[in-house]
Amino acid sequence: MRLPLFPEQASNFAPETDQLLYFLLAVAVFFTVLIFGAIFYFAIRYRRRSERELPRVLHTGLTLEILWTVIPFGLTMIMFGWGAKIFFNESRPPDNALQIYVVGKQWMWKIQHMEGQREINELHVPAGRPVRLTMTSEDVIHSFFVPAFRTKQDVVPGRYSTTWWTPTKPGNYHLFCAEYCGTNHSRMIGWVHVMRPQEYQSWLNGGRPFGSLAENGEKLFQDLACGNCHKADGSGRCPTLVGLFGRNVQLTDGRTIKADEAYIRESILQPTAKVVAGYQPLMPTFQGLVTEEGVLQLVEYIKSLGRQPGVTPAEASPNPAAAQKQ
Amino acid sequence: MITAAAQEREHYLNASYGLKSWLLTKDHKRIALLYLFTITLFFFIGGAFATLIRIELLTPQGNLVSSETYNKLFTMHGVVMVFFFLIPSIPATLGNFFLPMMIGARDLAFPRINLLSWYLLVIGGLLALFAMLAGGVDTGWTFYTPYSTTYSNTWVIATALGIFVAGFSSILTGLNFVVTVHRMRAPGMTWFRMPLFVWSNYATSLIQILGTPVLAVTIVLVFCERVFHIGIFDPALGGDPVLFQHMFWFYSHPAVYIMVLPGMGVISELVSVYSRKPVFGYAFVAFSSVAIAVLGFLVWGHHLFVSTQSVYAGMVFSFLSYFVAIPSAIKVFNWTATLYKGSISFATPMLYAFGFIGLFTIGGLTGLFVASLGIDVHVTDTYFVIAHFHYIMVGGTIMAYLGGLHYWWPKITGRMYPELWARLSALVIFLGFNLTFFPQFVLGYLGMPRRYHTYPDEFQVLHVLSTAGASVLAVGYLMPMVYFIWSLRYGQVATANPWGATGLEWQTPSPPPVHNFEEMPVVTHEAYDYTTILGEVEVG
Repeated sequence: MRLPLFPEQASNFAPETDQLLYFLLAVAVFFTVLIFGAIFYFAIRYRRRSERELPRVLHTGLTLEILWTVIPFGLTMIMFGWGAKIFFNESRPPDNALQIYVVGKQWMWKIQHMEGQREINELHVPAGRPVRLTMTSEDVIHSFFVPAFRTKQDVVPGRYSTTWWTPTKPGNYHLFCAEYCGTNHSRMIGWVHVMRPQEYQSWLNGGRPFGSLAENGEKLFQDLACGNCHKADGSGRCPTLVGLFGRNVQLTDGRTIKADEAYIRESILQPTAKVVAGYQPLMPTFQGLVTEEGVLQLVEYIKSLGRQPGVTPAEASPNPAAAQKQ
Repeated sequence: MITAAAQEREHYLNASYGLKSWLLTKDHKRIALLYLFTITLFFFIGGAFATLIRIELLTPQGNLVSSETYNKLFTMHGVVMVFFFLIPSIPATLGNFFLPMMIGARDLAFPRINLLSWYLLVIGGLLALFAMLAGGVDTGWTFYTPYSTTYSNTWVIATALGIFVAGFSSILTGLNFVVTVHRMRAPGMTWFRMPLFVWSNYATSLIQILGTPVLAVTIVLVFCERVFHIGIFDPALGGDPVLFQHMFWFYSHPAVYIMVLPGMGVISELVSVYSRKPVFGYAFVAFSSVAIAVLGFLVWGHHLFVSTQSVYAGMVFSFLSYFVAIPSAIKVFNWTATLYKGSISFATPMLYAFGFIGLFTIGGLTGLFVASLGIDVHVTDTYFVIAHFHYIMVGGTIMAYLGGLHYWWPKITGRMYPELWARLSALVIFLGFNLTFFPQFVLGYLGMPRRYHTYPDEFQVLHVLSTAGASVLAVGYLMPMVYFIWSLRYGQVATANPWGATGLEWQTPSPPPVHNFEEMPVVTHEAYDYTTILGEVEVG
């Protein structure tokens, strides 16, 4: 029988997280030994020897109280700062990251690569290159968890969440759904296959039956007749989508927001939520007509129509802070 | 014979007879026993669910029950243990019985409301039991949306309604305690002469009054969405699923302190009595309870680090979470310091108190792990979290509850429990507990997610260890059940103050008379002044 006691380190975050763990373990072991040791020692040294025994009263020692308040507090602040630093890095994917889209549903992970490959419950990625996942759910909340990478991110219906990591070691690693999602929650599991770059390249080339994500998006754009109103030259009844992604958009209610993935998704599914200044709320909803995967393809197509230079994709979606940052 | 004499004296147990005299009683001591009976029943129901869970997890395949059943088992285990055992446990039984006696009162401020509280718990419990028998509920005790409002086709509403009703029981008990502490202290019983058990129950009551209504509101909103399809949490209806998590944890994180603060109060009593010394740093221990109650309301977002909550909110909640660790640490250090140069007895309640301090220390220290953002991203929703909160709520609260039950058993029943068996139970529970839950820390860091019916093979050895521990733990919990019942008839008759304790509850006969005291006590000393008990001083 196998008895592993420590998970493999297979991403850039794994060694950092484990170092913090060692620090926490050292502090925890120190205080556990201190408290257990003191209790054992006092209990035996000062055990009751006579029923009539009455110990002398010791009053509060203010120095002691201050000491055992301030020292633990200082230690916890190290824990806070160190943990926050890792967390902050985990929320900032680098610009050159490989973009992959994930849709969770009861009870499977559906994955789409930019080049068009689709996978279910398997994710192939190259070692040594940052990978950024943009994720959403078709039904309930799921959570994308790869223990060997020490990362986890909830996948929430109605919004996009992102996570990123750089796989450092080729191998096969567990992918778990970590947020309880119903009957077959424990079967919503899969594998992340970290491949050597040249193997990954040949995997990518090993058949491309679907066309790239943007090409599929373009086809869907035509099928849904979006171009009847969203004309490329801006002469249609609705605003042009050329160069939209990453731009700031003026709305009828006076607000200005950045056109990120979440904004485009919302505009497809709830077109009246944010109407562009100067236009009428004419667009019908496409809720129910297009799947979450289809929406992602449309988003990728709109991105391919031109993009403001130097704009990084937005963070976890309906987050006004992220939208105003640019 | 002494027995005959004790039976002749009128006390709260023999003052009247018959079912009606119990079901319509306004005596806080009898109501405490009604609660004791009720929550013991729920403890064994919740324990039965836990047993089935642990047996299922012996093998990775999930071959004892179906996934639907497994999901219902862990949900009902959580619901029963949290809402119908742990939350009422110490306040409603030991608090109900002893809070008035410890401040020299004849009863709680509102005896009728006290009885109403018990009926509300029973009604809520029956609703939840009905839901379980009718088919069960599978949302997890956390009821996360939109699963609970849209996708689950189990008995969500009946269960939630049961929790809703039981919540009012909790609010009313808290209200009763607060008014009693403010208005009914005996002459001379100043705030800083109150036993620390009273302080901690007072702090708990504040949380119950301020936090529980938020849970009630949340349940009403879940009801509106599930029954009337009003979009609140489900994005398909225009709602926000993460909003639910904010509302749920705004109550349910402070609820952890509802469960553990009264236990800390018990431990303060035990550590003092069995080392025959005042609690070191009385004021620090008292105010740390209030600090925990207040700070506990500011940390709910640490359950949402990976929920898509903003990165900066995550940082603020992590920072604040460390503040709540400090008052807990202060308590542990002060209890340990109380032992220094004490006169330490190894009576059963003290063994339970040692167990509490040890397990609470481990539970608290691992709390520092999960409060740290970088670690929590990895361990949240894994067995690491399961182990952490069981160390607090089972290792902490239940050790304290059993310690308190042993300590006050002679006062409640007028009988002593068998000392040797009782010490053995403390040892068996301590060992069984650690064997059950320590392997789960390792499992969690390895990445074993919680709420998994089936799991990869490499986790099996640790699960087998955990199940082995759970069987030891089950034996440990059954032992007091047996010898407590045995002691009611065969136990040695207890004196008024068998431990040499200073609390007012020990200045009256065991079991106490109907109105607690034969004459109104007047308090002239600080709490834990043992010179008043022993009279003479033999400095050790």
